[in-house]
Amino acid sequence: MSGSYYVPASSKWPILMVVVLALLVIGAGSSLSFGHGFGLFLAGMVGVLVMMFVWFRDVIHESRSGLYDAQMDRSFRMGMAWFIFSEVMFFAAFFGALFYIRVFALPWLDGEGEKGISALLWPDFSASWPLLKTPSDAFTGPAEVIDPWHLPLLNTVLLVSSSITLTIAHHALKNDQRNKTKLWLLLTLILGFVFLVVQGIEYVEAYTQLGLTLQAGVYGGTFFLLTGFHGLHVTLGACVLTVILLRVWRGHFSSRSHFGFEAASWYWHFVDVVWLGLFIFVYVV
Amino acid sequence: MTSNSYSSAEGHIHEPPLRGIKRWLLTTNHKEIGSLYLIFSLVMFFIGGTMALVIRAELFQPGLQLVQPEFFNQMTTMHGLIMVFGAVMPAFVGLANWMVPLQIGAPDMALPRLNNFSFWLLPLAFSLLLSSLFMEGGGPNFGWTFYAPLSTTYAPPSTNFFILSIHLAGISSILGAINIIATILNMRTPAMKLMDMPLFVWTWLITAFLLLAVMPVLAGVVTMMLLDINFGTSFFNAAGGGDPVLFQHLFWFFGHPEVYIMILPAFGIASMIVPTFARKRLFGYRSMVYATASIAILSFVVWAHHMFTVGLPLAAQLFFMYATMLIAVPTGVKVFNWVATLFHGSISFEVPMLFTLAFIVQFTIGGLSGVMLAIVPADYQYHDTYFVVAHFHYVLVPGAVFAIIAGVYYWLPKWTGFYPDETLGRWHFWLSVIGVNLTFFPMHFSGLAGMPRRIPDYALQFADFNLLSSLGGFLFGMSQLLLIWVVVRCVRGGKPAPDKAWEGAEGLEWQVPSPAPLHTFSTPPEFIPERDSPGRA
Repeated sequence: MSGSYYVPASSKWPILMVVVLALLVIGAGSSLSFGHGFGLFLAGMVGVLVMMFVWFRDVIHESRSGLYDAQMDRSFRMGMAWFIFSEVMFFAAFFGALFYIRVFALPWLDGEGEKGISALLWPDFSASWPLLKTPSDAFTGPAEVIDPWHLPLLNTVLLVSSSITLTIAHHALKNDQRNKTKLWLLLTLILGFVFLVVQGIEYVEAYTQLGLTLQAGVYGGTFFLLTGFHGLHVTLGACVLTVILLRVWRGHFSSRSHFGFEAASWYWHFVDVVWLGLFIFVYVV
Repeated sequence: MTSNSYSSAEGHIHEPPLRGIKRWLLTTNHKEIGSLYLIFSLVMFFIGGTMALVIRAELFQPGLQLVQPEFFNQMTTMHGLIMVFGAVMPAFVGLANWMVPLQIGAPDMALPRLNNFSFWLLPLAFSLLLSSLFMEGGGPNFGWTFYAPLSTTYAPPSTNFFILSIHLAGISSILGAINIIATILNMRTPAMKLMDMPLFVWTWLITAFLLLAVMPVLAGVVTMMLLDINFGTSFFNAAGGGDPVLFQHLFWFFGHPEVYIMILPAFGIASMIVPTFARKRLFGYRSMVYATASIAILSFVVWAHHMFTVGLPLAAQLFFMYATMLIAVPTGVKVFNWVATLFHGSISFEVPMLFTLAFIVQFTIGGLSGVMLAIVPADYQYHDTYFVVAHFHYVLVPGAVFAIIAGVYYWLPKWTGFYPDETLGRWHFWLSVIGVNLTFFPMHFSGLAGMPRRIPDYALQFADFNLLSSLGGFLFGMSQLLLIWVVVRCVRGGKPAPDKAWEGAEGLEWQVPSPAPLHTFSTPPEFIPERDSPGRA
């Protein structure tokens, strides 16, 4: 802490990121609300990716020119750790919604407890989970739900193994075994990719064969909300790991200093833990 | 402090600052970004305030005279959203940006580029939000709490823009909070332990934690709205097995900690200013820290007190009632400590102190009406009346906003190098105090008499109270123009301020020149806990 803390000079990336985000949200808002502007949304999307690329490129460049000291490293660690905490809370909201629906809302709709009057609206409704028959005919529940012991179980195995292979890659990096690192990192990525493919197959099956859709009442909603946002996080984590793999290939990181790698692996483990919660509470229980 | 002992980062640090608009668009400097936040917040304060005056003008007398009910609804909604997310929160973040690095002896925020990004997200978020007023079907009209199904099934088409702007403001808050936590935990001058930190830093550390815990929940709930509106899900629709009450639970799980996000930094400011002008060490430093932490923890288990009339089970009502009342204890500790600090102090009444003393008294009024609202059977009467409006405006306007203004007067000499005009400041203070109380105090009575909130017309018996509130509202609103005048004059000149602008002030921020140079504490300053820590008397 001797005055070496790197305070970057003015930077154009943040404001340009805001500009492309403006394209993204204006496009998204106007295409959702008024039915046009999807192109703008896509342009914004591409812009965000480009901006992330150039911004992180600068950070990596600074890191590799030795501008960062141990204190800077701690800032990054804290930043990543608290970011993951915020992600935990994001998923906590969705899990909370799921539990509330199952434990309170549906039994109350069924006439249980002091809120029984809502049963007057739909006297024939009976609460169950998975909710195959919704209170009103305005929504059609799913005919069937995903069997947890087939594709979801496979996905659990895939994702848990990918956490293990990533840890092996990390240990290899710490021992300066670069080839081993590349191999296990690549394996992690493949497992993640296969996971996403399986998830895709499951979604297609849900939509085409089971009638399990976003519109299929609250079961469909919570199912796709939780698994969908998890899938997006896996996709993001896989993109990050791809970048990390390319960086390992280029000779970045050392056995002692490789925070980029660690941050990516924290994120991957976090996504893995969320999946375990999903597997138990969305699929099995 | 010789510059040749520095590493290669030195070249960057002393680059000449950019000129013109680029300086502000590209800056990574915590002081410039702090100023941007404060200016943005001031602009939003006036936009949101203008909307409040539209509301007060319509309510000046019974009947519909100025605006249509549909527009009135948009005004109440936008006023709330803009004041909460656009004015109060960014003002505190601006103060944190300016003062936290100065108070802990850090060269800047921990992640300066991220800091720039956090700020510039806000103008985007709020232009998007404001633009929705001009869209087909109008802007958000469902109240700042945007309860489903008003905000889903019955919402205007522009609601997607509202949702996206909440997302952007939320990202800004989350990234800002990450930055503040990393700064406080990682950038303190080496000898400063956590229990040596000024209370403004402490309260912001805890506030940042609250932000990280609840802003994602807000993001989650608006995402569920987005899906309900556009993709046919039924999270908040009982017809599909969902529940509109679920929306309220999720919203208030965010919303209640949110009100502490808007008041804890105000506590921090008061805890800086009271000791300075009482010329005594703060009474009960440790208990202040513990009280702040207790309030933050309790804030997670009181949310349903906003929902007593929605039909909660009795056990839940009882739990949330008692938990809510429990918050009065740590809050009482704080008020007691401020009063005990004043006790036997050599008090002088400069403008920052005036605003702070008014803050303590008026916030306490708002706190006490909060205890009244916590009582379930009583809340059945008060719910959704002007009594609630009086309560939360007392904690937010003469509470949080007064603390922000106090902080601005207190630190302006450090920012500009000049003292704000004391006479104008006193005018500003007295007009504000009279205006704010004239506005909000009568609302207690109209509310207790049963006047519902968010309605553009009212029964004749509420006419006198509303007339007073409207007069007070315009007085308060107009007197804030004085604040702009004071700040502009202070930036341009005035009585020069020394490094330590206030006689009784303690802390590292008073050891750097006034105005603080662009870069301070490139090397960590000396900090001797026995001498400098506010926690050790």
